Amino acid sequence: MNKRKILATTSLAGCFGCHMSFLDIDERILDLIELVEFNKSPIDDIKKFTKECDIGLIEGGVCNSENVEILKEFRKHCKILVSFGECAIMGGLPALRNTIPIEECIREAYLEGPSVSDSNEEGILPNDEELPMLLNKVYPCHEIVKIDYFLPGCPPRADLIWESLYALITEQEIKLPYEVIKYD
Amino acid sequence: MKEFVTITIDDQEIKARPGEYIVDAARRNGIYIPTLCNMSGVKPAGSCRICTVNVNGRLMTSCTTPVAEGMEIETISQEIADFRKTVVELLLIEGNHFCPSCEKSGNCELQALGYRFEVMVPRFPYQFPKRDIDASNPKLIKDHNRCVLCKRCIRTILDEEGHHIFAFRYRGHQLQITIDPEYGMNMTDELAQKAAKNCPVGALLYRGKHGFEIPIGKRKYDKEPIGSDIEKLKKVKIS
Ligand code: SF4
Ligand code: SF4
Ligand code: FES
Repeated sequence: MNKRKILATTSLAGCFGCHMSFLDIDERILDLIELVEFNKSPIDDIKKFTKECDIGLIEGGVCNSENVEILKEFRKHCKILVSFGECAIMGGLPALRNTIPIEECIREAYLEGPSVSDSNEEGILPNDEELPMLLNKVYPCHEIVKIDYFLPGCPPRADLIWESLYALITEQEIKLPYEVIKYD
Repeated sequence: MKEFVTITIDDQEIKARPGEYIVDAARRNGIYIPTLCNMSGVKPAGSCRICTVNVNGRLMTSCTTPVAEGMEIETISQEIADFRKTVVELLLIEGNHFCPSCEKSGNCELQALGYRFEVMVPRFPYQFPKRDIDASNPKLIKDHNRCVLCKRCIRTILDEEGHHIFAFRYRGHQLQITIDPEYGMNMTDELAQKAAKNCPVGALLYRGKHGFEIPIGKRKYDKEPIGSDIEKLKKVKIS
């Protein structure tokens, strides 16, 4: 066996559901940690890349400036990038805002929505340099950087994640069963 | 008139009924040609192009082309496989298909075609067009984000006096389905249900029913690809 592959994961504009589904591989996670070493990932809480990685898993689309930065960093440090989940692939539910002008979204969220219209009397909009800037729309990851593989699903089925990851790690070809390719 | 004509589909000789469309002849013989806009027994519209096959060296839509003596038809080739995938991808990016929040998910023919042809991601950029949802009809919700303009509703939904309930309006990329304000208001529950059922995607939703009633795993295309029922026909026949 070659040396262990190095894996990094992140959640951009996602809900962490894809990561939850990843954990849903159950006891196979024990096999996985024999095969890989995690680097930057919420799974081991490593915040910054400390090594060059073989595989990067991206959950979530790109909705703000921080997402762009992290995604580009992943592209720089990972040999293979995988978009996993509908949000990474097409923006997902956050992209429901793509047909609404950004100004209207912000007005609704902070000034006019039923839950804020009374509580934000001064009409404050979040505007701090610590906060990432919202993008005009939510972008699929492959419109920002090159993505090598795509695993659809909301979330992608645990079996799809496992089979694909296993094939990538062991450098084998993959034949996916019909039931694992789903868009929901 | 001759009783039958002989055609070949993928090197298999088939006896077809004169006047019958290629797609139907193929299906009766256990050969699945994907369709989306077409409904068996209904006058074809030829709007989606996914049923395209190679007839005597030319690409033609099999739902609109009647069989003719000696036709040589090819339904399996790299060219056709790629063509089908392209059609699905174009339809997915052209509208707003948020499958995770769609009531038709799991029972949707467009999605099922995506699964069957292993569309992991469309090769074209998502358009995110601005389209509205029309909930003005008491029986049906019409979601233009998901409509594939297949005309099934136009062709199959008529009231008892034969009035069409659905029609197209506008042109080009603004083309959309509209419900007749008068006949649409008087639509029976049965007819509204039929419209929702005949719509291959989640563009027409019947208001009298809750969405997401069938659990994941039990929906139409969860376990078996679209077209499996037709292909099973073949297996039975051979054995
Ligand atoms: S109509 Fe079909 S493809 Fe479109 S969102 Fe609904 S399930 Fe998905
Ligand atoms: S509403 Fe449904 S049946 Fe009517 S044209 Fe659109 S997709 Fe086809
Ligand atoms: S099924 Fe033939 S064109 Fe749509």
